[in-house]
Amino acid sequence: MKIIVCIKQVPDTKGGVKFNPDGTLDRGAMLAIMNPDDKAGLEAALRLKDQYGAEVTVLTMGLPKAADVLREAIAMGADKGILVTDRVLGGADTWATSTTIAGAIRNLEYDLIITGRQAIDGDTAQVGPQIAEHLQIPVISYAQDIKIDGGKVIVQRQYDDRYHVLEAQMPCLITALSELNDPRYMTPGGIFDACAAEITTWGRADLKDVDDSNLGLKGSPTKIAKASDKVRKGAGEKVVPESPEDAVAYIVGKFKEKHIV
Amino acid sequence: MNLEEYKGVYVFAQQVDNEISGIAYELLGKGKELADRLETEVVAVLIGYQVKSLADKLAEYGADKVIVVDDPELEVYRTEPYAHALSSVINQYKPEIVLVGATAIGRDLGPTVSARVATGLTADCTVLEIGDFPLNPIPGQEQKHNQLLMTRPAFGGNTIATIACPDNRPQMATVRPGVMQKIDPIVGAKAVVEEYNPGFTPNSRYVTIKEVVKAVSDTVDIMDAKVLVSGGRGVGSPENFKILEDLAEVLGGTVSCSRAVVDSGWKPKDLQVGQTGKTVRPQIYFAIGISGAIQHVAGMEESDIIVAINKDEDAPIFDVADYGVVGDLNKIVPQLTAALKSAMAEK
Repeated sequence: MKIIVCIKQVPDTKGGVKFNPDGTLDRGAMLAIMNPDDKAGLEAALRLKDQYGAEVTVLTMGLPKAADVLREAIAMGADKGILVTDRVLGGADTWATSTTIAGAIRNLEYDLIITGRQAIDGDTAQVGPQIAEHLQIPVISYAQDIKIDGGKVIVQRQYDDRYHVLEAQMPCLITALSELNDPRYMTPGGIFDACAAEITTWGRADLKDVDDSNLGLKGSPTKIAKASDKVRKGAGEKVVPESPEDAVAYIVGKFKEKHIV
Repeated sequence: MNLEEYKGVYVFAQQVDNEISGIAYELLGKGKELADRLETEVVAVLIGYQVKSLADKLAEYGADKVIVVDDPELEVYRTEPYAHALSSVINQYKPEIVLVGATAIGRDLGPTVSARVATGLTADCTVLEIGDFPLNPIPGQEQKHNQLLMTRPAFGGNTIATIACPDNRPQMATVRPGVMQKIDPIVGAKAVVEEYNPGFTPNSRYVTIKEVVKAVSDTVDIMDAKVLVSGGRGVGSPENFKILEDLAEVLGGTVSCSRAVVDSGWKPKDLQVGQTGKTVRPQIYFAIGISGAIQHVAGMEESDIIVAINKDEDAPIFDVADYGVVGDLNKIVPQLTAALKSAMAEK
């Protein structure tokens, strides 16, 4: 079985959010990590590899330094890494990102493609289903459990108040929730392999069956009209009461002022 | 693509178990406002099996017209037949704008449909307006009027971006539930109902549903609550949520929680507020023992009144709280419950 896992290098927005003195986001000071949902997708692929035997290829699109997450994935147990990087691919929205990744995947053989549900920088959850659409294969989003049965996958698909057990013919694309599993750590042997591993690098010319008009900033139907760091509602009052009774009196007093009680 | 051909604001009227989801009414409320501005109509696209009778409900919430795609293949949501239904409606009717809820269904359907009809999609919008793109004229570049300007948070709620889709139609957005306001229903309102079936032929992209497992839950949807008493890791234990439940009961509210509480297995995920949980805007939001990580704040900062109780004076929750109290929640919360109870009784 051949599995492709799409991963993304993202700034760590959890806890490590840093601001410049002027209140804007200091992106340079933030750690670059493997996107959590993607890491869960990778772990799911590695478990299928452990259980059924599989070749796991990790693929990312980004700047040259995104090769770091491919090496991390190899250190966890992935077999091969492919970096898609080219100046003309920069500034892509989800449409142009998905056409690029689909163009790269057309060069590969696969039974299963796994992506994370969404990346923590954009939170769009669009690229996975859009890749499936370009490749004309079935998509199952929001997977909380993945099993293989012959040429089929059986997936628990999460909804707000329920889940569906779905069966799809391979090849198909699955988007993984970070709740799917706890990703394994890199192993010392894996880190050794990762250092030695050769990362395949592809550019625009290596993408199959994609028109220039669907790539990069120019090929992105959505355009940014304006972007700003969020201006938050200012803090209200903060009190440090001497006793719980004072604290209660303060809150009840405010509720009376506001005619809540 | 002749952009002028595309007319009307279309809303995907999500239904589950033949019951319309709240988000459909919220989208109609917003869609009506946008349609008025563009001097066009708001159209609900109702997809399912034996759902035609729901059309009147959509009319009461503002739909001028309802397009019904009814087919046995559409009985339970699956990506392929639903994407085929909605993209066929788009190709047939050529809407200017298509709005979809940013739900577990819409965030699967939206991207698939946008890729199929080759247009842009802006995810999880919180503000939708009609305006110019670029916002200000730029020499040598055409400024287009009457564009849909879609505003959304990114970077875990740390930044906001306004996005346009000037050269493709339809302009598509998914919208977070709980953000847009539905209109007061107009009892007896009727819409033009039109049936449209593009034909459904199962192929390898139709997945098979082997089982539907509904979570057993008798909890109120926290997005509908007027008062939310929300607890974080600081509450200490699942048992200690009792004091929050007592407070909620006095105020006729509901208990919700932070992600840490769900991750610890103390409360189910449907009670989680925040970026990866639900967006809420109750009249009163208590943040009790919640430090106030940016991902949590993103889901509750639109609440009318925010009361925070936390023993850590530097907790970031105090940056958004209207009334912040530094102290021990174990002592304050039960006394507050008693005090509010007697204050209500006086009334």
